[in-house]
Amino acid sequence: MNKAGSEQSKLPQPLWLLAELTYACPLQCPYCSNPLDFAKYKKELATDDWIRVMREAREMGATQLGFSGGEPLVRTDLEELIAEARQLGFYTNLITSGVGMDEKRIKAFKDAGLDHIQVSFQASSEELNNFIAGTDAFQHKLEMARLVKKYGYPMVLCFVLHRRNEDQIRDILELAITLEADYVELATTQYYGWAYHNREQLIPTREQLLHAEQVAKEYQEKMKGKMRIFYVIPDYFENRPKRCMDGWGHVFLTITPDGTALPCHAARQLPGLEFPNVKNHNIEWIWNDSPDFNKFRGLDWMKEPCRSCPEKEKDLGGCRCQAYMLTGDARNADPVCDKSPHHHELVATIDRVGKLAGTPEFEAKPILFRNPKNSKKITSDKETLPA
Amino acid sequence: MNPITGDNIPAITPTFRFQWEKAQNCFVVLYPEGMVKLSHSAGEIMKRCDGATSVDGIITDLHKEFPDTDLDVEVYKFLEVAREQGWIRTK
Ligand code: SF4
Ligand code: SF4
Repeated sequence: MNKAGSEQSKLPQPLWLLAELTYACPLQCPYCSNPLDFAKYKKELATDDWIRVMREAREMGATQLGFSGGEPLVRTDLEELIAEARQLGFYTNLITSGVGMDEKRIKAFKDAGLDHIQVSFQASSEELNNFIAGTDAFQHKLEMARLVKKYGYPMVLCFVLHRRNEDQIRDILELAITLEADYVELATTQYYGWAYHNREQLIPTREQLLHAEQVAKEYQEKMKGKMRIFYVIPDYFENRPKRCMDGWGHVFLTITPDGTALPCHAARQLPGLEFPNVKNHNIEWIWNDSPDFNKFRGLDWMKEPCRSCPEKEKDLGGCRCQAYMLTGDARNADPVCDKSPHHHELVATIDRVGKLAGTPEFEAKPILFRNPKNSKKITSDKETLPA
Repeated sequence: MNPITGDNIPAITPTFRFQWEKAQNCFVVLYPEGMVKLSHSAGEIMKRCDGATSVDGIITDLHKEFPDTDLDVEVYKFLEVAREQGWIRTK
């Protein structure tokens, strides 16, 4: 009465479809995972394109569907997309800042069949939350979280942690308890896109992390059976990399607002890859046959030290984007790994930030907020740099 | 929590979704950003957690469909796990 053995021979399926509906967002989080040059992608997929994408992905076995962005609430066809997704049999997740939501919409989403809402907070205090978000959103978020519960959705509250809010961890968890969250995601900042640009302003200190880990464990114990708390130690502070996206082209399929298909939402920055667009190809070809989705599948693309490493099946050499950003070659080992010849550079960055954190001069360095103006500026600065 | 008894009536928790997945060829439990694939027997038990049938009723029904299997212990074991995971509630 089990189904062992039925798993190995099959091609991987895109179980997770992440639909980044738009890059538009009323918030300006400086750790946003959208690309720095998001402002240059203006054309968004139409409703019909999304419906086709969802149908094709579902036929390939996709089960979980995340509507994200930017801020997905900006799309006025969201209700329609949810209804279609639900009818196709997806488990539908809305990943939102809560800005742009009201009771009427929450109810309309419920009627359309939405399964779950994840609301992100920037901090546990109004002041810091609004500073990080770049807008006065805190009170509205509280109200939305209450309504999410009122309408019977399972609720995930997501807090992205970094040096500025890491010490609020206890208050963050208390806030989650007050709001009756079913799950709390204490997400660690992933240093891609905007977060990479703001890395020095965001990296926590080792002391902060130790404290956060202790408090998270304490609450995991205390809230057992009532609220699930996810806490992961940021990979920068580890000696082995994360098994990124559970493997390239293995589980995750991201579609960006303009229809580009990516094996992970950060992959757009990798050089030498074109990435197929859903306007020109169907999902089956993109997932099974496109060169880019096959590029880092399996283990054959690896260089040393991964190629001959006994642990390669376990972590698959870590994250390709991180390898590229920190070593210049996406085929290298993720430098989080202490077998990587670049690992010491990462350790040096963390040590340096640890020493300087809290000193007025270092903390005075401005954060670059994620907004169209900064996006355009940063892109044109890059383009005018001498080669 | 008290151990599950024969007259308990299990129902699927509204914040979880239970459905057949063609691509996986099995029943699954879905929840925010996650999925658990169920074994054949677990799927057959969950399918019968309709909020109206008691555990005894579920066992009787399973016996009809799988007459040669000794499944009582397995049903109780699975239901305990399912309740602990929050997939089902009992009344
Ligand atoms: S991380 Fe912040 S700025 Fe980026 S899309 Fe989400 S809410 Fe908007
Ligand atoms: S050398 Fe490569 S495969 Fe081995 S542990 Fe490090 S990252 Fe993983």
